[in-house]
Amino acid sequence: MVLPRALYIHIPFCRRKCPYCDFYSVAGEDHAIGAYVEALVRDLRHARAEVGSVDLDTIYLGGGTPTVLPPDRIAHVLEACGRLFRVRANAEITCECNPGTVGPPALRELRAAGVNRLSIGVQSFRDEELRFLGRIHSADQGRQAVRQAREAGLGEVSLDLIYCLPGQTAGAWEESLDQARQLAPNHVSAYCLQVEPGTPLAARVKAGEVRPMPDDDQADLYARTIECLEAGGLIQYEISNFGRRGSPCQHNLTYWRNQPHLGAGAGAWGFVDGERRQQVADISAYIAGWRAGEPRWAYREVCSGTSAANETLMMGLRLCEGLSLPEFRARHNIDLAAARRAEIDRLSAQGHVSLGDDRLRLTRAGMAVAGEVVALLAFDEEE
Amino acid sequence: MSNSPYFDRNRIRNFCIVAHIDHGKSTLADRILEVCGAMTGRETVEQVLDSMDLERERGITIKASAVHLSYQADDGQEYQLNLIDTPGHVDFSYEVSRSLTACEGALLLVDVSQGVEAQTVANAYLAIDNDLEIIPVLNKIDIPNTDPALAGRQLGEMFGFTAAETLATSAKTGQGVREVLEAVVRRVPAPSGEVDAPLRALIFDSEYNAYRGIIAYVRVFEGEITRGTPVVMMATGKAFEVDEVGVLTPKMTPTERLAAGDVGYLCAGIKNARECRVGDTITSRARPAAEPLPGYREAKPMVFAGLYPTESSDYAPLKDALDKLILNDAALHYEPETSGALGFGFRCGFLGLLHMEIVQERLEREYDLDLVATAPSVVYRAFLRTGEVLDIENPAAFPDEGLLDHVEEPYIRATIMCPEEYVGPCMQLSQSRRGIFKDMQHSVGGRVTLTYLLPLAEILLEYYDQLKSLSRGYASLDYDFGGYQLGDLVKVNVLINYEPVDALAFLVHKEFAQTRAHTVVERLRKLLPRQLFEIRIQAAIGRRVIAASRISPLRKNVIAKCYGGDITRKRKLLEKQKAGKKRMKQVGNVEVPQEAFMSLLKI
Repeated sequence: MVLPRALYIHIPFCRRKCPYCDFYSVAGEDHAIGAYVEALVRDLRHARAEVGSVDLDTIYLGGGTPTVLPPDRIAHVLEACGRLFRVRANAEITCECNPGTVGPPALRELRAAGVNRLSIGVQSFRDEELRFLGRIHSADQGRQAVRQAREAGLGEVSLDLIYCLPGQTAGAWEESLDQARQLAPNHVSAYCLQVEPGTPLAARVKAGEVRPMPDDDQADLYARTIECLEAGGLIQYEISNFGRRGSPCQHNLTYWRNQPHLGAGAGAWGFVDGERRQQVADISAYIAGWRAGEPRWAYREVCSGTSAANETLMMGLRLCEGLSLPEFRARHNIDLAAARRAEIDRLSAQGHVSLGDDRLRLTRAGMAVAGEVVALLAFDEEE
Repeated sequence: MSNSPYFDRNRIRNFCIVAHIDHGKSTLADRILEVCGAMTGRETVEQVLDSMDLERERGITIKASAVHLSYQADDGQEYQLNLIDTPGHVDFSYEVSRSLTACEGALLLVDVSQGVEAQTVANAYLAIDNDLEIIPVLNKIDIPNTDPALAGRQLGEMFGFTAAETLATSAKTGQGVREVLEAVVRRVPAPSGEVDAPLRALIFDSEYNAYRGIIAYVRVFEGEITRGTPVVMMATGKAFEVDEVGVLTPKMTPTERLAAGDVGYLCAGIKNARECRVGDTITSRARPAAEPLPGYREAKPMVFAGLYPTESSDYAPLKDALDKLILNDAALHYEPETSGALGFGFRCGFLGLLHMEIVQERLEREYDLDLVATAPSVVYRAFLRTGEVLDIENPAAFPDEGLLDHVEEPYIRATIMCPEEYVGPCMQLSQSRRGIFKDMQHSVGGRVTLTYLLPLAEILLEYYDQLKSLSRGYASLDYDFGGYQLGDLVKVNVLINYEPVDALAFLVHKEFAQTRAHTVVERLRKLLPRQLFEIRIQAAIGRRVIAASRISPLRKNVIAKCYGGDITRKRKLLEKQKAGKKRMKQVGNVEVPQEAFMSLLKI
């Protein structure tokens, strides 16, 4: 079996839930942090028992808001990782961070604990937009977090940005982009606001209080975003992700290249030996489970056949590098170019995909409609 | 039991209650049953004569049923009263007339708080047309602050009833109910008909019973039927041996015989609705009657629809369900038909919109079918230049302009009856539907009869209910086939990205072609999902585009974030999307969802 080389750790604690977020996290449960961290360590031990003391190229602390944890707890977790697995010397160790929750001391401690990449949830540099998004920080705090991260020795800084807010003008967005560029991050993730079902934002949209930006306007902003960021030296390598040459997020590449990964924490997903699994998205249940020494699964499925092929297809086309056809064939026993000859020809002619060097890629126009393109290329059971 | 040896025919009364909806027919029927001891006070709540769930739910009676009652009159004699229940809704005037043929009398019931309403009038005329003795009865006199005299005067003006002959009752409290029965005894004539004459019994209704097969409800006019009698259905020539005869009290109660004047049921191992046609005459094999009884007018379908299963695998179950449905809904008409977009289905005729809704509900509920109702079309006659004549059912098969000499379309001769004050709107409606005025006759009570020649295509959709709505329900429609007439018709093709879509082609009168084309093109524009390329929608006559619209290409459709925790969920969504695409119809490169066809073709 191909061993996992990436580890994801989920920290589901937040100061306050943002109305657009549908990741698992809770606010006001800080008292459970201690027990949660203990459970995480047991979780990691169990993972080691399952796959062995594997080499890890990346560790990613995501959430929620990992920086809600006292830095020493994060250090504790990373230290356990170091003991249980073989964390490579130059491994990428990312921690997500919320500008409202860290200051220089905390950042220095994170650095000391081994974090070498900080992903800061700036989202926007306009205060009114930050309010709409329900963020707890101001534009100033966002800028400050970047400076302080650098000062603390965290060389690799990534910024998260959200655009296509209802009523947002191109001018307003470009302003945020400009400010982001000026801060010279190594990496930017720029996401079009998505209304996820079950979120307070979704309820507002349904009630007619909020009108999402029309699709065509979103398409325009998306194109503009790529232009602006690339002009600033941040090259697009995935649908929503931009990095200085040589600085993609290695951990996330694991997902897009559909490679195995470990997942620790409540609600965390793992992909091991062809099986996708998720631990229960409930802090108490998670803690209780590990107290008893066992994982509590919310989902487990061995993904094979056309479903597995669809996953590789769907994730791989998100990358600008696209899919390697020989690798696809080796992995899924499908000759993609042949099986989808007609569709690829048509999409090529329309300018949505390009086929070359044994690779299938989405063009820039194609990325904007990746959902539709992938649906046309996807496989179903009967094939 | 009033049955052996022979109950005195002179003491039989066959009658029904007719009324506008909610005027208290069922309650009065319950009271009558109570007075005659056919059920206890407790059972009243069940409204016993309504035997179907759907009926109870909607508070309307659909099936006609007959109850055999024993009444001890004031003169000390026992009378056999057969109360035949009638549906109270406009759609079922056909069913009403079936029941009326089995009676000699009718109680015309009017709610004093509402006065004479549309169905009061319609039913009264039906009863008059059937030569029944009508007893006017004012109901709900228990309601305070009503004016029975006013309702009584209305009845007098419209139908000539005197105050003396008009009864008053409260079905709710029971007041006046005995007087009603006394009136039935005194005024409704006893049935005539010789017990010794050759058997003639009219089937006025039937019902499917899982154990007994088809049960026929009959009114015996002449002769008698007993168990074991070999009988023949006069219209179909089919022979049966009678297993059982009986009366409904309201339960099925077997008796030795049914004789001239009696109303009851018979079981004869009849399996198939076609073998037991309502309106047919049953006679004996040994001593057949010379002539059948005059049947009653067969119901004319007024509202039409194509019924298609949403899943093509449901076609056979739909056919089965329709076959079973007509067993107790003889008014339902259907024929197989096909649609390029929707596959195989049926062209159905209903008595009205309510009938159609009920049939659809029954099909969906009792037979668990998912259906779509579409507007059907008529059969056109295309005369080609070559001299050939083609009957065209499917607009897509319609020959092109160049080959065509002329087209004819089927017409109906429509007879519209309405009160004077609605004549104007009725005429206007008919004219707007390309109707040709033929005649107008005035009759007693301010009733007018209009005759129009109308294209059948025009009445297929909404003509009937528009007629009803602009006449507040007072207008009635009857029609007969009126031959084929020249029609200035054109075939409009609908094209998507220059490919004609057969299923959407339609034939329309030249006058309406432009507006129809525009409507279709606009609706399609709203129904088609955006695709990765521009979609051009056109409606054309021959090569001439008369309406067009376009859908701009899709520019944004992408998931912003997809990380480890999103993969499974997004992949499942993708697969669902893919499955959806497979179900689409391909018109060239354009994906057209089934729902678009259904929506465009739907009523």
